[in-house]
Amino acid sequence: MAGSSTSRMPLAAALEVLVPLREDRIVITTMGAAREWPKLSQHPLDLHYIPSAMGEAPALGLGLALAQPKREVLVLNGDGCMLMNLGCLVTIVASGAENLTLVVFDNGIYEVTGGQRTAAAVSPAQVDFAGFARASGFASVRSFASLAAWQSGAAEMLALPGPRFAVLSVEPVDDYQLTSPGPMSERLARFQQALAAA
Amino acid sequence: MDYPGPQVVEIFERLGFTHVVWLPDTALGPWEAAIEASNQIQLIRVCREGEAWAIAAGLFLGGSSPLVVIQNTGLFESGDAMRNVLFDLSMPLLAVVGYRSALNAQSTDSARAFTEPVLAAWGLDTVIVSSADELPKMAEHFERCRLAGEPGVVLVAEGRM
Repeated sequence: MAGSSTSRMPLAAALEVLVPLREDRIVITTMGAAREWPKLSQHPLDLHYIPSAMGEAPALGLGLALAQPKREVLVLNGDGCMLMNLGCLVTIVASGAENLTLVVFDNGIYEVTGGQRTAAAVSPAQVDFAGFARASGFASVRSFASLAAWQSGAAEMLALPGPRFAVLSVEPVDDYQLTSPGPMSERLARFQQALAAA
Repeated sequence: MDYPGPQVVEIFERLGFTHVVWLPDTALGPWEAAIEASNQIQLIRVCREGEAWAIAAGLFLGGSSPLVVIQNTGLFESGDAMRNVLFDLSMPLLAVVGYRSALNAQSTDSARAFTEPVLAAWGLDTVIVSSADELPKMAEHFERCRLAGEPGVVLVAEGRM
């Protein structure tokens, strides 16, 4: 995990930083972010990817970025999801899409299933998500190990050339509960209406 | 079995596809140059087939008209992503799937054995194209799926294994 255990930021606080910065971006959430973001934002261009295919939120975001090249897409992903689909980092860069920002919230565990540690968390290596993104060719890559650093650097990161990648060291959550945000068909219809209207 | 790329891409263009999201096999790979030469279609290369379904879902949501092009082995690999976008998200996505070993009746390739039963289990409307002469079946099938608002698969048979 990036950063020390004493400096990890609460996920909700990390997300709160993004609320005033998202502007008219499409925001795709999954896993922990999908639990916390709706408490902070009720924007018509929010898409909570639930139910999901774990690991595929960045790919869904890439498809939207390619279809909507004049709009920015922000994908809020987890570290377990990222590990499941590292190849998508290469796919994103190879596609040529520049209007995509991928943020990974790294807590080192699978919250949904009760907090088991990821392979990266127990690896003797210091698994470096930012390094993966950098080596894949992301134009802009940042790591944030504390809430203060994220608060002071988030706006700048979002203004950098894309595609952008940020990894944030966040605290694990003990009592993970993810409730359904409602029928997917209705949410998708509202999202498509918002896209068409914007 | 050869399926000429220009003939295939002409069908894709006529059907209005805007993006081909692919990880090809030996039957589909020769279409690469023709797809890249298209002024209408953008080729998106993925690293693993599950990505193809999710990218296609995002493209569809954003108003584009994507086509997934993968091998049957990739179909097996990408089951969870396919399940999610076709059934949870109810997206009528279309796919061309290379049907490895289909033309080799003596083949013991398990990919050949399981392809049609797996597609039937998913309930996906599927047709098989077994020669270049049968390529018009591809267009007819996709047009029928679009009219029905349902997902659909065209299996492109080959027989090297």
